[in-house]
Amino acid sequence: MQRKQSSKNSKQPLQVHHSNQTDLSAWRKGGKSDPEKSLQNRPSPNSQVNESKRDSFEQAVSYFEKVQDPVSLRKNEVLQKHLATVESTALEKGLPPEAFDVLLNVALSGKFADAVNTRLLKSLIPASVIPESSLVSSISWLCVSKCSGSIQLLFIRWLIAMFDFIDHKDQLHALYGFFFSFLQDEKMCPYVCHLLYLLTRKESVKPFRIRKLLDLQAKMGMQPHLQALLSLYKHFCPELVSITLPGRMKTYFKNSEGPWKAAISAIRRRNQEKSPVSQPLLLGTAQHQSRKRKWNTQLILPASSASTNNLAEVKDKNSDLYSISESFPVEQLQTFSQLLENIHHLELPSQMGSVLTHPLLLHYMNCIKDESIYLRLHYWMGQTLQEECTWCVVDSSQYEEEFKDFLEIVHKTECFLQEGFSSCEEFLYRSLPFWDGFCCRSQVLRLMTWIPLSSFSEMKSHLYGPLAQLFFTSSLYFKCSVLESLKELLQNWLNWHVIQLNSESDSQGYSLNTTLSGLVNVVAELIHFVGRISTVALRLESNATFLLYFILDFYETVCDIYLRYNLPLLIMPPAGVFYPALLSMDSVSLNQLCYIMYRYRTNLVAAKENELIKKKILQFKFSSQTYQEYNQYLIAMVGCLWTSNAFQKDVHPQGLRLDEEVLKKTGVQDFKNSFNIVYHPALMGYALLFLQQAWPDDNTFNFSLIK
Amino acid sequence: QETADPQKAASLLRKQWSLYSVTPLYKFSGARLAQYARLLGAFIAAEKHKGLAVGVGVDLDVRATFCSLPELCGGQRDQPAMLVQLSSRSSVSPKNSDEKLMWSGCFCCVSGEDFSENVPEDFTCLPLFLANGAESYTATVGSWFQKTFDCRFCRLSISPLNLSWMAAMWTGCSVEKNACATELVFSVPCLPQPLDISYAIHPDDAKALWDTVQKTPGEITQEEVDLFMDCLYSHFHRHFKIHLSATKLVKVSTAIASAHCNGTIKFLQSKYLTGVLMLLTELAISQIQ
Repeated sequence: MQRKQSSKNSKQPLQVHHSNQTDLSAWRKGGKSDPEKSLQNRPSPNSQVNESKRDSFEQAVSYFEKVQDPVSLRKNEVLQKHLATVESTALEKGLPPEAFDVLLNVALSGKFADAVNTRLLKSLIPASVIPESSLVSSISWLCVSKCSGSIQLLFIRWLIAMFDFIDHKDQLHALYGFFFSFLQDEKMCPYVCHLLYLLTRKESVKPFRIRKLLDLQAKMGMQPHLQALLSLYKHFCPELVSITLPGRMKTYFKNSEGPWKAAISAIRRRNQEKSPVSQPLLLGTAQHQSRKRKWNTQLILPASSASTNNLAEVKDKNSDLYSISESFPVEQLQTFSQLLENIHHLELPSQMGSVLTHPLLLHYMNCIKDESIYLRLHYWMGQTLQEECTWCVVDSSQYEEEFKDFLEIVHKTECFLQEGFSSCEEFLYRSLPFWDGFCCRSQVLRLMTWIPLSSFSEMKSHLYGPLAQLFFTSSLYFKCSVLESLKELLQNWLNWHVIQLNSESDSQGYSLNTTLSGLVNVVAELIHFVGRISTVALRLESNATFLLYFILDFYETVCDIYLRYNLPLLIMPPAGVFYPALLSMDSVSLNQLCYIMYRYRTNLVAAKENELIKKKILQFKFSSQTYQEYNQYLIAMVGCLWTSNAFQKDVHPQGLRLDEEVLKKTGVQDFKNSFNIVYHPALMGYALLFLQQAWPDDNTFNFSLIK
Repeated sequence: QETADPQKAASLLRKQWSLYSVTPLYKFSGARLAQYARLLGAFIAAEKHKGLAVGVGVDLDVRATFCSLPELCGGQRDQPAMLVQLSSRSSVSPKNSDEKLMWSGCFCCVSGEDFSENVPEDFTCLPLFLANGAESYTATVGSWFQKTFDCRFCRLSISPLNLSWMAAMWTGCSVEKNACATELVFSVPCLPQPLDISYAIHPDDAKALWDTVQKTPGEITQEEVDLFMDCLYSHFHRHFKIHLSATKLVKVSTAIASAHCNGTIKFLQSKYLTGVLMLLTELAISQIQ
């Protein structure tokens, strides 16, 4: 029996302040005080305690400790007073750890009537923690059954409610068998099951206990609490018991917190530091069978721990005893800090497909380079995509929504991992020839952006072919979506290339699969492909501005490849893109084009300089043809915008050259000076604005005023 | 681990099997078959009585047995085939060892070395799965395997091209005794009522035709198969004025085996069992890769 030492040591000077605000820290030995908890202005940093209240509590506890004869509540006023004290202390600030021993003994020893015991148990609210030693003695009282059945029940409920506040649980685990024996009692059985559920560890699962539970099940039928406990046993030792939970059941145990619920939340709030909340093991939530027709199809898999790992340990019983670190089951993984703590003995899920919806496991996959994990996921995803593809498989168009969601999830995972899956790539190659361009459109286009970059690429036949077919025969919006996703594909490739360069700067440049020239070829192939389809698309759509925007957006990425992404590649836009942009009717395209030409110049100049500076033979020498092409474009542009003689100078076969006779026929006066930036239809609006601002009164728009 | 007797292998004959392809099994061990049998039995019982726990190893209505069939493989490097059987004990006389076989499934890999060699050690390649029995048991056993070994079952269907290959190959196999006729079933598309055309050929005639077509014994080319089929089609056309080449070949049955495009097969000759399994393994592997 521990006497409170702290109260004697840290005597506070008496102050007549009837305050209800008390300092929890004063209960602790040494009387550490927390200035944050003092809520009123005091002269001293130590907050005050209501001395009289504390004294009366001490008296109450000592009374309970010393009382010998059973006393009836109604007749004894002293008892009533002390009981009231205990209750009020409990409600206000909670009981100190030392008090539990005394009060539990009193409540469970049957000295008083049930009414007293009930009130005592209901007021056993801890201020901080509950010492385990007090529990051990109270459990022995429980076994002796001196108190009535309802009190025993209330005690078990109290244990469940206060489970998180018990400081150590080693002895409780040792007493597992005692708790187990209480399963016999029908009334106590549900609550004892709940308590055992909280206490069970792998060592607690023994065959004789399973047999006992099965006998109980045979006697009582299917009870949710038994089901829950047996499921937990199955989770730890699947080689001893098997159970399939029916349907979706969320609650297996009745909530036993009731009388203490408000108090517990108050304690948690007061304690401010993260109160220990035991992670309940999520029993395998029944898999949502939305489709009854196929048993082997499940798009969303719940993560459940691999049970095969346990199978290996059955034979090595010795190693079980000595192995200290048990593997951390994946169902308990809920926070990132848990992942970090347990990363070395994390039990991987039995079905790898479940990582797609589990961001923590994705983190794990990112760091740990384990081939079998990737392979398992690869097979599962490959088969699932192939089988569930709604446009490849007959009669599955009704499941389009589900497949769409699944593709969404795969795409999100790829974005998370910042790399594409090869099984996804193969799926695209296989299914694009059959795609109608309509089903799951945005998902498919987004998945396309994550096709991995490798020099052994079959993209030309498998991707470009079917895609071009769909592209030419589709609406303007589809064309723009395709161009956007091709642009993102290019950007992903270039980003990946930059990362590869940075990470492998020490080791040999590239892995066996990729060589720099191979990569350059693949990227060039993509750019040429986009150039070709853009040219045709502009013709088909009559140079629509919307389309031109996406095309020029693509070339904005292309023009900067050399400088920004360090890939030796310089490709000019085709004439079918350049000229429509130069002569477009809106200023946005013209602006974009000018910016692109400017960036091209910067890149070209830098490339030339590097060649000249290094003076050695570089792996990639840009042919002079590239420079010539650029110069031709630039001359046309300058001629068009400034010098008004684009029509004479431009020798490009698709260019602007026009004979003088034709120009004369246009009827434009002074045609030699009339076709420049001032008169450009795209910039008409700006010219007008300029005139308005410069000469506000002049209503005639004389453009020749602008020089 | 029980080793098989020839009877078990012979039990594959004359039954209708549904075909599945299976991705490689992770952490499967051929040494733990008895344990797997116990676990599978308990799982089936638990599934049957949803919500009731079942102790593993307790006597159950449905008993599972795993046994390996080492003779059903193409070479040294193949994983030996594994047979899973579910049998029910009659409830009337539990002591009576008379058990009725309710469901059987067979995992096999015949000449699949190219595939199994490229796979890391933890994985076991048994890409072909044959199932015979109630669909509910197939579902239960399949889900147990999927959960325990992280594999994936997919229904294997046989395309008309592959069916024509089978027709040509099996016709060329010599069969002693009286063999049944070679029968090809075609389904005609786009009709208000479904129409099936069955074309039966005397086995000797078919074999004679095939012998004239095949140039090198032991080797078959696509052209030879096409020629064989074209001969049959033109013969049919001459008599009935129907172009069978426009219809879809759905079923082929010969004395060796009979196969349906849904992915069902029936083995009829033990001599050619391995050969047919080799072909089916190839189909299964091409579906996985």
